[in-house]
Amino acid sequence: MILHLLQVSIGGFLGATARFFISNMAKKNISSTLPIGTLCINWIGSFLLGFIAGSDFTLTWVLILGTGFMGAFTTFSTLNLELIQLLKSKKWKAFGLYLTLTYLVGLFLAYLGLIVAIE
Amino acid sequence: MLYFIVGLGGVFGALTRYFFGISFTHVWQHSFPLPTLLINLIGCFLLSWLTTYLSRRKIFPRDVVIGIGTGYIGAFTTFSTFSVESISLLKTGYYSLSLVYILLSLLGGLFTSWLGYQLGERMMFNYTLKVKEDDE
Repeated sequence: MILHLLQVSIGGFLGATARFFISNMAKKNISSTLPIGTLCINWIGSFLLGFIAGSDFTLTWVLILGTGFMGAFTTFSTLNLELIQLLKSKKWKAFGLYLTLTYLVGLFLAYLGLIVAIE
Repeated sequence: MLYFIVGLGGVFGALTRYFFGISFTHVWQHSFPLPTLLINLIGCFLLSWLTTYLSRRKIFPRDVVIGIGTGYIGAFTTFSTFSVESISLLKTGYYSLSLVYILLSLLGGLFTSWLGYQLGERMMFNYTLKVKEDDE
């Protein structure tokens, strides 16, 4: 049990810092109304978690990479906060685009990750 | 230093999510991923409220607020688990369950975020009103 908690913790630490790093880099270097950082993070994470779910990793690696890292790396709360902020500032087009791209491509990438791992 | 604080928030966010999932396995054996849905909706509400109220009140240092918001709540909620669960439901033939899960997450996330935002704005408004009254 303690070992499991430690594994989730390690993944969680690295996942959250990686997300913070990427979103800072994106904010600094890409000027767009779309939150490109969060978008890419959620895409990459969906693909990789799909891959992990389709592979036969041991529980240790599932807890470190899956539950810990990918779980903490990707975020649902920031996505929705950004969507509400786009709505509040009446950026309808960006809102629609961000929502559609996140969900459609995110789900497709999770599927792709799963398929790549199985084959 | 800020990276360390965010990482620490991430540790506790991931652990809370893990505990939440484990404790649910005893009471929820249905294939519908209720734990993740609840985690994500609660997190949406909290992050919006935190951003619109708590961070503007400046009760806590900025680094601590980022640690809680970006670190803790950001790591507590998860998009990857949501998308993989949706696809797994689809792949095992639970088409309508998958669609319900996706719609509830999409609309529910927007709604709870909006709720947190409204509450935060209202509380901030009341606070500034009170400060003004106290000044007069």
